[in-house]
Amino acid sequence: MKILNEMKLSFPSKSCNEAFARSAVSAFIMHLDPTVNELSDLKTAVSEAVTNCIVHGYRRQSGTVYISGRITEGGRVTVKIRDKGCGIADVAQAMQPLFTTAPEEERAGLGFAVMQSFCDKVRVKSAAGKGTTVTLEKQIGGDD
Amino acid sequence: MVETKYNNNVLTAYLSGEIDHDSAAQIRVRVDGMAQELKPRLLCLDFGGVSFMDSSGVGLVMGRFRQMKLLGGRLRVQNYSDSLYRIFAMSGLEGLGVLQ
Ligand SMILES: Nc1ncnc2c1ncn2[C@@H]1O[C@H](COP(=O)(O)OP(=O)(O)OP(=O)(O)O)[C@@H](O)[C@H]1O
Ligand SMILES: [Mg+2]
Repeated sequence: MKILNEMKLSFPSKSCNEAFARSAVSAFIMHLDPTVNELSDLKTAVSEAVTNCIVHGYRRQSGTVYISGRITEGGRVTVKIRDKGCGIADVAQAMQPLFTTAPEEERAGLGFAVMQSFCDKVRVKSAAGKGTTVTLEKQIGGDD
Repeated sequence: MVETKYNNNVLTAYLSGEIDHDSAAQIRVRVDGMAQELKPRLLCLDFGGVSFMDSSGVGLVMGRFRQMKLLGGRLRVQNYSDSLYRIFAMSGLEGLGVLQ
């Protein structure tokens, strides 16, 4: 797969950066001429992953959120969102719809379900105490 | 962003812009403050001006549902776009009977 473009981004885990992160990713894929739905799906999935780094990963401390993006031939977009926070002990359980460890903060437990339904592929790599990497993949436009 | 209107015991909150974890926290403070003061019989959350929402919007609705129950009133969610509905539909919010 030929890589057509790449980007890297990092920022402190402040909630005002949630909007910045999804806007930056949407600007990165703009030249692929995404449909309104493709754009809004990817923005939403990125927003979920970044919010999770800030709300859960760096729960009571502050840290850095890392994003890397890649566009490969045919309009395949891959976005990696990573934190070096608390990590997830049981990833399968965390990905169950409606599962949340923060109900008192009005979290709905839907972040992973949204990422899965709005992207073609979602991978989660996590280790307790080390951090979490979420990889989102989405096809933009027809895969010719 | 949020603008409110109070009429006939009904408090309507017109939400606009992007709803995420950051803005939902601000909306929550505004709306709960007014609801506690006015104790409306109905709180309407109007999503007509919302251009983006992630799952934080679902948490916002569920939280206001509980809040209105405590205050002895009801909640209604109105004017949401199809893309917002896709997220609401994942959550079981439909079972609460608040989506209009
Ligand atoms: N980056 C992360 N670091 C640590 N724990 C995480 C991370 N991302 C998710 N989790 C854990 O997985 C659970 C489920 O995440 P998910 O995004 O599906 O729901 P939520 O964040 O709890 O609620 P919502 O996304 O609907 O606001 C979280 O409650 C948290 O325990
Ligand atoms: Mg989440």
